[in-house]
Amino acid sequence: MDIFAQQILNGLVLGSVYALVALGYTMVYGILGLINFAHGEVVMIGAMIALAVVSILLSAFPEMHPLLTILLAGVSAILVCMALAFLIERLAYRPLRNAPRLAPLITAIGISILLQNIAMIIWGRKYKTVPQIFPTETFELFGASITSVQIFIITISAVLMTGLLVIVHFTKLGRAMRATSESQRVAGLMGINVNKIISVTFMMGAGLAAVAGILIAGNYSVVHYSMGFMLGLKAFTAAVLGGIGNLGGAVLGGLLLGLIESIGAGYIGDLTGGFLGSHYQDVFAFVVLIVVLVFRPTGIMGERVSERA
Amino acid sequence: MPLLELTGINKNFGGIQALNDVSLTINKGEIYGLIGPNGAGKTTLFNVITGVYLPDNGGIKFGTRSIVGRKPHQVATAGIARTFQNIRLFQNMTVMENVMVGMHAKTSTGSFGAIFNTKSARLEEKMIQIQSMKWLDYVGILKEADNLACNLSYGDQRRLEIARALATRPKLLALDEPAAGMNATETGELKALIQTIRTDGVSVLLIEHDVKLIMNLCDRVAVLDYGQKIAEDVPKLVQTDPKVIQAYIGGELP
Amino acid sequence: MKHFVQDLWRKFTGNKRALFFGYIFLFVALAVLPFLLSNTVGLTWVRILDFALIYAMLALGLNIVVGFAGLLDLGYIAFYAVGAYTWALLASPQFDLHLPFWAILPIGAGMAALFGVLLGAPTLRLRGDYLAIVTLGFGEIIRIFLNNLDHPINVTNGPIGINKIDPISIGGADLTRTHELLGVSFSGAHTYYYVLLTLLFMTVVICVRLEKSRIGRAWLAIREDELAAQAMGINTRNVKLLAFALGAMFGGIAGGLFASLQGFVSPESFGLLESIMVLCMVVLGGMGHVYGVLLGAILLTVLPEILRSTASPIQSTLFGDVYIDPEALRMLLFGLALILVMLIRPTGLWPSPKRRTSVDPDIAKD
Repeated sequence: MDIFAQQILNGLVLGSVYALVALGYTMVYGILGLINFAHGEVVMIGAMIALAVVSILLSAFPEMHPLLTILLAGVSAILVCMALAFLIERLAYRPLRNAPRLAPLITAIGISILLQNIAMIIWGRKYKTVPQIFPTETFELFGASITSVQIFIITISAVLMTGLLVIVHFTKLGRAMRATSESQRVAGLMGINVNKIISVTFMMGAGLAAVAGILIAGNYSVVHYSMGFMLGLKAFTAAVLGGIGNLGGAVLGGLLLGLIESIGAGYIGDLTGGFLGSHYQDVFAFVVLIVVLVFRPTGIMGERVSERA
Repeated sequence: MPLLELTGINKNFGGIQALNDVSLTINKGEIYGLIGPNGAGKTTLFNVITGVYLPDNGGIKFGTRSIVGRKPHQVATAGIARTFQNIRLFQNMTVMENVMVGMHAKTSTGSFGAIFNTKSARLEEKMIQIQSMKWLDYVGILKEADNLACNLSYGDQRRLEIARALATRPKLLALDEPAAGMNATETGELKALIQTIRTDGVSVLLIEHDVKLIMNLCDRVAVLDYGQKIAEDVPKLVQTDPKVIQAYIGGELP
Repeated sequence: MKHFVQDLWRKFTGNKRALFFGYIFLFVALAVLPFLLSNTVGLTWVRILDFALIYAMLALGLNIVVGFAGLLDLGYIAFYAVGAYTWALLASPQFDLHLPFWAILPIGAGMAALFGVLLGAPTLRLRGDYLAIVTLGFGEIIRIFLNNLDHPINVTNGPIGINKIDPISIGGADLTRTHELLGVSFSGAHTYYYVLLTLLFMTVVICVRLEKSRIGRAWLAIREDELAAQAMGINTRNVKLLAFALGAMFGGIAGGLFASLQGFVSPESFGLLESIMVLCMVVLGGMGHVYGVLLGAILLTVLPEILRSTASPIQSTLFGDVYIDPEALRMLLFGLALILVMLIRPTGLWPSPKRRTSVDPDIAKD
């Protein structure tokens, strides 16, 4: 088995999940200039809801077709996350839209803590195993092995990302979103209901986050109340890497970060002569984040400057 | 005797030539006016002089030293103080503290002196207070000393900005549209203040939209149009310059 | 009602004699507090008080960076970690070094200040939320290193942490033991309380002096408007680095004291959540206001402990069982408090009053 090919493949799988989450960060940042710290927790809630629905369905209707089970779980997770994002924006961000910029950042941190602990109270402290709904098959591809779950992840991510780009660039709603991100005031004058557009943006991001949560739960087969935070930070890094505010950049940044982490963790031992091991995988994301922000704050495809303090 | 000398200043913003080969000289003891239609490059020139922007090429000499490439704080320390077009005070500090900040570069107490409250630190602090009150009195807002800057009236905020700039003990005071939004009385008071400042030995660079104020106050005036200096002379001659009148299409100069 | 209290407070602070007796009362109250606690609610509460004092010092350090200079630092706990690990490595069986506290304290403070400058320097151009994220990244990197530097060379002992750290000892007397003085027996928690209280007092004095000084004004000016501050001739780079260094220094000192009081350090104590907790103390108390931050730190250390000791009994008497784990409840309220304070009272519980007289009345007569 070719190790390099395997690392690339793992990187792409990881990266497509990062990309889905990064889109949520980048959309909100594009419109509000706000880092939605709680976005990672929405991913976690999505995974938890889906798991809960799957467990209920499995015990109540053991004969149900696995695809239908997944579909029902997915739809309920997406709906719950959208409602959650709507509430978060409405209650914690909207009242602070004209406040100093630190204020919404701090409420975002507060919401993040709140959601984590609510999840912990409901679902407990332990790691929860995800039941296997489909029999996992493994295929060989360019000397690397890929599971059916991984194929599923890449396909779903690709479809969703394309769908989002189509919505943003070719529909009336998308045009309103782009107008709002250029200037809320002018968009409002042109008859766009800015508040509604902002709510919709939050909810679309949350929908993607819910799917990302399900995918990652499927890939690692475990969920945990704290799984969202680090994932969120990394997805934010991906968004910054691609150029925050830029949708294509978020996708590119997500895939790149996935590759960097996966290849980096695979080879860091050799690179440092065994001094640093693969435990340092999490460091990569932060190093990338810091290097990008300090040296090229506009990211790879960014048009925005970072100095929107 | 020249105090500030600009030679061949160019500044591009993504293909737009904001300043095109601008040269000018401000003499010691002079009130020098800079006018021009909107978007002529006045504020850009201002920002180049004060170190906010780096010119693409050209030289800036202040006194005998070149100050091209200096950071804003170095330009300020060298002796050019400025105000801002859209007032930028330290809103949540008191009026007095605003002026005290202005004395930063000319004082030296460090963290050691502050922590141990040394004798020299105490003496310097007292000096800063006395001086600051003097500057507040100078511009006529001493009675507001303990107010927060954000609670001042518009005209007083402009005065405070000038007091704060004067506290840095500049040789050249650069004012960016100080009369904007002022009524006739306030403008008159401002004019008197600028004249006093000049009498006390500080040269003044004045960007203004109020052409009347410029013409009444300045010793010499330069006119910018599309990033180029199209005229520079005493107000009377600038007023009748056909190129200047051309630049202000529709609005003849008073 | 509010005006009544304000008037009363003004009358009180305006009256020199009242103020003098007020200070005497405060001094006596603080002196007998640990004995009051140990004789009523138990010795544990003296220890909790000790930790509250350490956190207060930490929060005051962060307040220099966030409250004075307006630089939102989400990785502040890293400096606490540097201080704690410096102490742990220089005074424990880990390397069999046992330096005395008066040598380690400055070394730890210096190390933390150095890290403050090193981590602060790359962030100078960043503002607002970007700065927050980068500092968060630095904080996490330091924690990941502490967690993994047990191989190939064992420096930090990895996730297990370092044990048997020396306590402060003066003249051979170990401060964590019980000592008799003038017929009164002082337990370790009591002695530490007085040491920490003294250090905290010094920290408060330093912070207040800094705030009122030329340096403090430069910090506030940068917080209010960086470009205008530069136009006043302030070298914003140096002044910001000074804020990072001094803030980190207090973090380092607090970290060292924490290590010596606890006798044990591990990377677990220095996570992002701890950074956020210290930030909460600053925000909740009143960003930029020394006494407000002090209040925030004491409240946020003591209230959760009260909650911890009462949440379970209250739940079992009300519902017959413990449904919500007190730790989760604590964090839940924590998150809620952050949100509510930002929405309802964004300046904090005890914000900086409008600094009244920066004008010395003696000078005004000249």
